[in-house]
Formats: sequence, structure tokens, C-alpha cells
Amino acid sequence: MNLLSRLKLRGGVHPVGRKELSAEAPICALPLPERLFISLQQHIGAPASATVSVGDKVLKGQLIAGSQGMISAPVHAATSGRVVAVGDYPAPHPSGLPVPTITIEADGDDRWLDFDPPADPMALSPEEIATRVGAAGIVGLGGAAFPSAVKLNLSRKSGVTTLIMNGGECEPYLTCDDRLMRDHPGAVIAGILLIQRAVAAPQVLVGIEDNKPEAIAAMRAAAAGTGVQIVPVPSMYPMGSEKQLIQALTGKEIPAGGRAADIGVLVHNVGTAYAVHEALAFGRPLVRRIVTVSGGAVTVPRNLEVLIGTPAQALFDFCGGYKDVPARLVMGGPMMGQEMTNPNVPVIKGTSGVLALTNQEIGRPSPAPCIRCSTCVRACPVGLLPLEMAAHIRIGDLGAAVDLGLKDCIACGSCSYVCPAHIPLVHYFNYAKGDLSAKERAKLKQEATKKLAEARNERMDRIARDRAEAARLRAVKKAAQEAAKKAAAEAKSQATEVAA
Amino acid sequence: MTTLTHSPHAHAPISIGRVMATVMAALVPTTLYGFWLYGWPAILLWSVAMASALLGEAFILRIQGRAVRPALLDGSGALTAWLLALSLPPFAPWWIAVVGALFAVVIAKQVFGGLGQNVFNPAMAARVMLLISFPVEMTLWAAPTPLTAAQAPGFMDALAITFGGGHWDAMASASLLGHVKTEFTRGVDLTHSFTGQFALADAAWGSRTGSLGETAALLILAGGIFLIARRIVTWHAPVAMLLGVAIPALIGHAVNPARFLDVWPHLLSGGVMLGAFFIATDPVTSPNTGAGQFVFGFGCGLLTWVIRSFGGYPEGVAFAVLLMNAAAPVIDRYVKPRIYGRTRKGAALPVKGG
Amino acid sequence: MIAAIASLTTLGLMLGLGLGVAARKLKVEGNPLVAELESMLPGSQCGQCGYPGCTGAAQALADGNAPVTLCPPGGRDLVVQLAAKMGVEADLSGVKDTVPSIAEVREELCIGCTRCFKVCPTDAILGASKHIHSVFREACTACGKCVDACPTEAILMLPVPVTLQTWYWQRPVMGAAA
Repeated sequence: MNLLSRLKLRGGVHPVGRKELSAEAPICALPLPERLFISLQQHIGAPASATVSVGDKVLKGQLIAGSQGMISAPVHAATSGRVVAVGDYPAPHPSGLPVPTITIEADGDDRWLDFDPPADPMALSPEEIATRVGAAGIVGLGGAAFPSAVKLNLSRKSGVTTLIMNGGECEPYLTCDDRLMRDHPGAVIAGILLIQRAVAAPQVLVGIEDNKPEAIAAMRAAAAGTGVQIVPVPSMYPMGSEKQLIQALTGKEIPAGGRAADIGVLVHNVGTAYAVHEALAFGRPLVRRIVTVSGGAVTVPRNLEVLIGTPAQALFDFCGGYKDVPARLVMGGPMMGQEMTNPNVPVIKGTSGVLALTNQEIGRPSPAPCIRCSTCVRACPVGLLPLEMAAHIRIGDLGAAVDLGLKDCIACGSCSYVCPAHIPLVHYFNYAKGDLSAKERAKLKQEATKKLAEARNERMDRIARDRAEAARLRAVKKAAQEAAKKAAAEAKSQATEVAA
Repeated sequence: MTTLTHSPHAHAPISIGRVMATVMAALVPTTLYGFWLYGWPAILLWSVAMASALLGEAFILRIQGRAVRPALLDGSGALTAWLLALSLPPFAPWWIAVVGALFAVVIAKQVFGGLGQNVFNPAMAARVMLLISFPVEMTLWAAPTPLTAAQAPGFMDALAITFGGGHWDAMASASLLGHVKTEFTRGVDLTHSFTGQFALADAAWGSRTGSLGETAALLILAGGIFLIARRIVTWHAPVAMLLGVAIPALIGHAVNPARFLDVWPHLLSGGVMLGAFFIATDPVTSPNTGAGQFVFGFGCGLLTWVIRSFGGYPEGVAFAVLLMNAAAPVIDRYVKPRIYGRTRKGAALPVKGG
Repeated sequence: MIAAIASLTTLGLMLGLGLGVAARKLKVEGNPLVAELESMLPGSQCGQCGYPGCTGAAQALADGNAPVTLCPPGGRDLVVQLAAKMGVEADLSGVKDTVPSIAEVREELCIGCTRCFKVCPTDAILGASKHIHSVFREACTACGKCVDACPTEAILMLPVPVTLQTWYWQRPVMGAAA
């Protein structure tokens, strides 16, 4: 961590961490719930397609839905039991819309499928590692849930000089990565080395915020002699954002509209590394993850190892329920997490935490007029002008917001967090982004339907032309026939006359 | 759907009311000093300005059909009146404060659309309006007569001064900048007119003729540093404004000491200190970015020096601020932060090695 | 006096000359506006505006014979775009904020008469005689011609269902303060 790169970092905020609520609680496993609701859309990309049907018996780790298309990930049964439903169930998504979901009734044995793990995962070829990571259904566990194998393959092809492992965990409350690095540093390092092998990166940096000294020490001890460098980074939100972490560690920026691979960098979450190790050393697909259960309303905040598909309510119940009326339930961190209107939505692969926040923690002030104090400008880690963008969006001028850099916004929420007028800035930006892409879709559809309409008109014209042509031919033919008939008749009459 | 709340689900412990309250807290030392220095007339004038601003704002909000309470409670109207009062001559009659405060909140603020919508700093707009409309009342200064001093006007005297229209002739005095300008127009150059007029220590402590709250340079500085430390404002505009005055003053004085005042009288007289820390930092009417605020502040300082040195008025802070207010949108247009992953011009950074 | 009159007259003459020359030199050939307007219209030739297809509507718009609010399927967005193009104020009060819709065939009522897909301008209805028809969602422009053609009222115009892929945040609601 050199001073120069620190100076290049901009903006950011220092929200109250509240990590002390759960940071000292070691990871413990949540008891097996009765039913698991395993969503088929837990990742960015096409939803997985079910390969089991109602009534099927499944074992833990068994494939229940295969990946579809280039960017997708398979889904596995998180426990042994019986498939009781294949259908729609509310998604852990702000809209609360249903997604295809496989419901498994646990049989209580929690029996794994028999796996045949390789004797030495490090002996596998890079391609084979990526294939196995893909088959294990591993996605980015930091929250974005991008299929990891796709990233590995892309990066291997484009060449990576630096592999960055994200142990930033800058969101307040969340301690799942912190605990993982403290409790299982060996497995995390082993996973990191596998990822390194898969992309042939000469340099590996693990960025950990300096508010986690225990995790830094544990990871340093585990990484000794492996060439993996543990680098403490300043505690600042959004340090755990890919762009900011890359900038802090390498001083480089991802070009606008580009990917980390464009500057020879690959970023993975430390949780993903743990999952990679599980998948390659033991053959276990991704069916469980560490979830922080915290917030002022939770009786005993903890870090739980949770099976994918467990309803969020089960996590709160295991932590002693609520000691205070929760004003808002949140899935993810408080800065970028989504409000849960339904506490029965299931944990998915990208769920890093479930929070029950009190009224005092969220604060519910009503928005006031913007006083142009530009605190948001100073807080923006990307260098945008949130106040100007929101003002344009408010009057419906989305184009001007795009010109100001709306598409570069990472929706980190720093601006909304610091705004003294409590203007929901990032809400404006997400609305505008959504509206623009809806317009884009509508435009594409219009272009397509226009082509269809033109094709149809052409066809109709052609048919009309053909008909006219056919009618004309018929008429000509008829005329010819009639002429012939007439001629014949005349000839006949002449003949008769002659005969007469 | 309407109950669904977008992230973030936490908020920094700050609000507009708190911002305004912090600024007012930073103004307390210099205000109290002004009260002490000029006694009851100053206290009355300040109170009249505050009351008329709040009443005027409440009235205008009501006839607009908008909620009165939240808009009054955010403290922006009170702060405007406060700043205006600090820039008035302490013995000015009551109607100066009323007309000024009403102009500030009604014409300069609410007519533009209320908080956050005004182009010009309301306090400075009102001050300029008063200066142009009532030049006599606005340039009638009183020599400091601390509350504790024997010759200080008592409460009843103060009522007469503020509300009675009676002049406190014995106290009439000239501000330093006014004196210099007057002498200069009579053809007396600085080497003669300025002797013994300026004492650095007095100027720093504020024990001299001037506006109600503009004289105590050190107390204003302390308030400004407090605001910067609390991250309510940034250093850019204040430092740039002081530099904007100091640099041309240094050069001018070096070139022609008989024509141009020295740096310290410039910095410590009139409204420069108050303007730098409390007016140029007004969020609504200044640019968005640190660099923009620097340009803005420097412009305010430079124009102040130009008006003081070449203009018809002895003091130029209010005019300078209004001129730069008008330029703020232009500054915002050209001074923008560089976006991550883009060049200054907005193009995407080149992809290395491909 | 004379100098002033002379100079202003000269100035006027020169500027007038300049305008005249510019008008001739920079003359725009044809009327590209019609083509531009037509490209903005939905292009399904549905005829709801009362003009013969989208070309006719674009011509009428360009001639100033039709208001920018003429196109029901285009919705509010199109009105705003057309108003911007034509440089006029759009009166949005009469425009329904149309929810994007698509046609849906009610299977229990469809008799397979094929009338709907004969009138569909974008071939969005699939089916055969005596078989239940269905709507190809991606191609349907919600022009409503099939609704008029259906003898059994088996076709409904329903809002496009929102999915996880198409859902997005609504515009934030600001209080009276803003």
C-alpha cells in the first residue's frame, strides 16, 4: 500500500461500522431447516433450468438445475430430501416478484452425494479448474453473483497479471468475510492458489480493510511462503467495490465501459476462494455460505453457515429472534442491500447478510430541498455530480443525467448516505437507469416490429400483385379462349353458310 | 410499492437544520463580540432583522401554500438574516434591518423558488440593495462604545437610536475603507490619509469602526476554522478569497504604496473575513467542486480588491460576491471532477495492451 | 444625422443581401423531416391516428395538420420526442400514460377463426384455422386491431407482465418540500 495510490482514491464515506455486533461471534452452522427454497436465478445471467421434478429424491450436492447459455450457473440441492415443488416462489429481490424455485423437503439425514475429488487439485489444468468451478455452481459471493467460471475463462484468455482477492468487506454490519478469514484462513488461501493457477496470475494481492487486524494476521500466517500478499487497505466505504479496491491496490483504473481484465486484473471475493477450495478439494458444489445476521433488533447477532435456500426468517429465529421491533429487514449490507418486505424469502448464493434494523438505525427523515452543499460530490467515489444528476432526473431529463455520467455510477449509496437534505439520490439513479434500459428495450422491440410490419406489407403487396397477375393471365386466357370459341363459331357458321 | 425503500438503509447523522445550526454556532463569537462592542443598538438591530426575516418567510410560504414549519425550522432564513445583520452598520435604523431582511428572504430567496434555488446570496443581495438605495444610512458608522463603557448608549438610548430616528451624532465615525476612499477622492494620497489609521492588533481583535459583526477578524477566523473542521465547508473558497485579495494587494502596494492599500488593511477591514468564511462558502450560490469553489473564491477576492481600489464604493465584498454568484453556473459547467475510468474530457481511458 | 441614416441603411442592405444569399446557398433539398418523423413513429401502420399508415401520419405532422399527440401506441414518450423534434409545446394532459400492453388470447373463447392474425400488422398472432391462436409477445405492438376483429371478444389488451429482468425502481416520491 503506497501513499501514492491512497492519494488517488477519491470520495467515499465512513459510515458507522457496527461490525462489533457480530465480529466476535465465530461461524456456527444453522440447524437444518424443514424446507429449502432453492431459487434458479441466483446469479447474473440466464436462470438455470430444472432437471428434477416433483417427487424426486435428491442427495445433498446433487444437480437439480443445469446452467443455460453462456452466462449462467447450475444449482444444486442443499440437503438430502424430496422435491416437493418446482414453481414460482418470491425472490429475494426488492420487487418481491416470483422466480422459478425448487422446494426441497429435508429428510433430516443431510446426506452428501458421493464425490470423487481429485487427489491433488493443484495438479489439475487451468481449464479443468475452471470447468469444475463452473460445474460446482460457484458465483461471486461478494454480492454481484457473477458466474465465477465465466470470469476465470475470460481472464485466462485475456491474460491476467494481478489477481486481487477482495476481503474489503466495507459494508457496515457485515462480518461474514472477516470471520471466514479468521476461522478458515488455510482453506481460503488454498482456494486463492487454485484461482491463481486457473488464470496463471503472477501476482496475488489480498486486500483487507485495516479495521480487521485479526483477519489480516490470520491470513498472513496462512499465506506465509505461498507468494500471496496480504495488503491492508484503509477502511473506507466503498473499499470493497471492485473498482475502488483495484485503484487502492494497483493505482490503476478500469476504463469506462470496460472490465477489470482490460487492465490485466481479476478480482474475486475471499468467500468465492473458500467455495473454490471446497469444490476442488472435496468435490462439494456451492450449497452453503456464511451469512451475517445482525442489526440492532437482533437479540444475538452471529455469523451462520447457512444452506442455500433457507428462509431468512429461520436465521433471525436462530439468533434469538428480535429484541426490538425491527423497523426494516434488509438482505445484504445497509448501504447497498435490499429491503426485504417478506421475511420468508430464501438465502441465495449472493446473500452476505440479513439485517433487522431499528428505527433509530435507519433514520426516516423526509427529503428536503437540495441546498447544493456538494457533500455528495465529495462523497462520490467515481467523481460524479450526484446533485446535478438527480436534479435533471427529477424533471425528467434523463439524457442530461447520462451526459453527466449516470452510466458510470456504481450505485454505492455514498451520496444518499451523506446528503443533509436526505434526498434519495441513488434511488433516482437506479430509477433512471431502469427507465433508460426499459426505453432501450422498447426501442429494440419497435425496430423489430417495424421490420415485421414492413415484411408483412411487402408480402401483402406481393400476394396482391400475384393475384392481379394471375387474374390478368386468367383474363387473357379467357379472352383467348373466347376468341377461339368465337372464331370456331364463326368458322362453323361460315361453314354452315357455305354448306347451305 | 410506495412503502419500498431504496438503499442505503443508514444515514449519516446530519440534516439541513444541523448544517445551519453549526454555521450559526460558528457565528456566535463574532456576534456576541459585536453586541458587546456596539451595545444595545446592535442587539436591537440584530433582533429586528431576525424577526422580520422569519415573519416574512412564514408569510410568503403561507401564500404559496407550502408547509411553513419545516421551512422555518431548517434555519436557512434565520441564517440569512443573521449574516445580513452582521454586515449592517450597528446604529442603523430599524427599517433598514426590516427592508433588508424582507428583501433577502422574499425577493432574493423565495421568489427564486426557496431554499436551494436562489442564484444570488440573499444576505449580500440585500446588502447591495440597501447600499444603493439608502447610502446615507448604510455608511453612517459608530465608533465602538462597549456595553461596559460609560459613554455607551443605554437601553432607552438604544431604542431611540434604532427606532426613533435620532442620530447618535457624537459617535459618528468613518470606517477605514470609507475614510481612505473619501480622502482619495479629495486627492489626498495614502501616505497622508492613512497615517495612524490602521492598527493591526485592533483590526485583528475587532475593536474599531465597522459593521456589526465584521470587525473581529480573529473570532471570524475561529468560526471559519470550526466550520472547516466540522466539514460543513471546505477550505477552497475561503483560502482562495483571501488569496484573491492578498495577491493583488501585495503587488499593488509594492508598485505604488501611495495609491494602493497594504495587504493587512485589505484582509482585515470590511467584509473580507466574514465574506471568505461565511458568504463565499454559501453552498447554494457557489460552485459544486473544490476546484470550482477555489476559482469562485479567488474571483470574489480579486473583484473585491478591484472594486475597493478602482470603484466608486469604498467596500466591494457584496458586489464581488454577487458577480461571482452569477458566474457560478459557468464555473460549474467547466470545472467538473474527472470520472473514474475516464479522461478529463470524458472519453474512456485507453485499454492497456489491446 | 445623414451619416447615421446612411450607415444603418448600408448595414441593413448588407445583412439583407447576406440573408438572401444564405437562403439560396444553404437551401435544404426536399423535406427530410417527414422521413425523420416516420422513423420515430412505431411503424406498425395501425391507422389509429386516422391517417393512412405511419408515412401519412408523418406527412400530416410535418405539414402541421396533426397534433404531436396523434399516435396512441407511441404513448407519452413519443409525444415528448415529437414535440422536441417539431419544436412545439406538447400538451400532455390528454395523453394517457400508457402502460406498455400486449394482446392476449383467451383460450376458452377463441374459435380459431383466423380473423385476428389476418389483420395483425406485425404477424404477431400465430395459429391456424380451427385452432386456438396465440400471441407472440415480442412482436405485438398493442395496436388493438385484433381486438376489433375478434368476433368472440377473446382478445384482451393486458399490461406487459413485469419480470425480474424488466422490473426497475419507480421514480422516488418527493415531499412537498421539493
